[in-house]
Amino acid sequence: MAVSAGRAERKNAMKDLLGLESLSAEQIGYILDVARPMKNLFTRSIKKVPALRGRTVALLFFEPSTRTRSSFELAAKRLSADTLSFTASTSSVTKGESLLDTAKTYEAMKVDFLVMRHAASGAPELVASAVKAHVINAGDGSHEHPTQGLLDIFTILEKKRKIEGLKVVILGDILHSRVARSNLWGLTKLGAHVTVCGPSTLIPAGLTDVFGPRVTVSTDLEEALDGADVINVLRLQRERQQGDYFPTLREYTELFGLTTDRLRQAKPDCLVLHPGPMNRGLEISSEVADGPRSQILDQVTNGIAVRMAVLHLFAGPEGLPATVPDGKQTAKAVQTTFKALS
Amino acid sequence: MTAKRLYNENDIRSALNEMAQSLVARVSVPKSQWVLVGIHRRGVPLAGRLAAALDERGFSSLPVGSLDITFYRDDAGASPLDPVVQDTNLPFDVAGKTVILVDDVLFSGRTIRCALDELMDFGRPARVLLAVLVDRGHRELPIQADVVGKTIPTQRDERVDVHLSEMDGEDAVWLSPPGERKGKTR
Repeated sequence: MAVSAGRAERKNAMKDLLGLESLSAEQIGYILDVARPMKNLFTRSIKKVPALRGRTVALLFFEPSTRTRSSFELAAKRLSADTLSFTASTSSVTKGESLLDTAKTYEAMKVDFLVMRHAASGAPELVASAVKAHVINAGDGSHEHPTQGLLDIFTILEKKRKIEGLKVVILGDILHSRVARSNLWGLTKLGAHVTVCGPSTLIPAGLTDVFGPRVTVSTDLEEALDGADVINVLRLQRERQQGDYFPTLREYTELFGLTTDRLRQAKPDCLVLHPGPMNRGLEISSEVADGPRSQILDQVTNGIAVRMAVLHLFAGPEGLPATVPDGKQTAKAVQTTFKALS
Repeated sequence: MTAKRLYNENDIRSALNEMAQSLVARVSVPKSQWVLVGIHRRGVPLAGRLAAALDERGFSSLPVGSLDITFYRDDAGASPLDPVVQDTNLPFDVAGKTVILVDDVLFSGRTIRCALDELMDFGRPARVLLAVLVDRGHRELPIQADVVGKTIPTQRDERVDVHLSEMDGEDAVWLSPPGERKGKTR
């Protein structure tokens, strides 16, 4: 019986990480559970383990990024994988090569992972269907940024020891934010209540239809912050603000900037997250960003651990198992292992 | 054919006592140089019990650490991981120490190879000894234990499961035919 169950697991295993939408709560829990011992490796003098020795991770960044790319690169290196970097501006893309041709070229070099960032939503999915390598979405358009969602949840879990029942506010430009989408999927699957808050022009319609009753929408920051356990402040993506979404930056800060004063509306132990890079003084005040509630630098550290867990768990020929061994235990494991830490 | 209980609580206790006795006879360095390191999962409680048995023989309060070898395995992705990867916790410097590595069952020897690799990343021990409760044979690497509690002749596809009261609610060693497994063993 154990053998046939094993085969079924393999059959539905997931080759690629395209978004948190397609992961079960159990799979998310499994990744977070492996991220915790990964983070403990950082305290050793030798931070590198041989888990992915001989594997190759190609970092295909068609959009500028420093932190996500550095984070993936370091994650791969700490697992002893080899990495190679690709930046669109210095590549054959400028000579007109298509996305699939670029991806297939890397596949022909026998890389095991394509970690990919692209301005077009769905680009990683297109590539994933065309190559055998594992595709890890490092942010696609306004679709998803799954490892950012995972690291945000990991950061919350580390401090709050649970996700279920927490009130999480996602503040800012929800419309263009892949970080918001990945957070919404991950947090609602794990049982959090999410309030999205921002100018009505930057909140997509029908959010509750997609994410269900655990999500509420507010355009009043003070109301949204009432009783919040976590505030995830999004970067105001000025490069995407071509339309007239709001009158002036000053008005945006006035209404939606997170300040120490406003933070008093939230619970006293409320965590403040920001995926970076920050526009200090615009969506978040320096006082909050550098204050005691800020988790921003922890997020950076946790990002490496979470990406190590992702690379490690997807490294098998078939990728992440659909149901993890001893699944019943693991469904609760997210909560229990983090509880055991305290 | 069904699973057979080969040893019970008393057998395990006396095996650990013999292992402790034999370690005392084999290791000549002062006790300040000894450390015990259990390999997750069942090597960890066994290391604790071995430390208690050594305590009775004048080697009191030896430091005990634990190793999780998941990230050092040579078969990443080939078989499912343990659902919960445990922490490696070595609350002491292994450099220059005599390390007694403890595990429940010695089989292919691959776990021990991983454990040695991981241990070396923490420092350079003066000496490493291997103590196992059960040696069931079928080595795939040139690795042998220095101290063995019980030697069990087995077929390669049979299963040997050590149960410890700390995690399984009983102290026992089970031998099961291929494809079967006694109780929960994770």
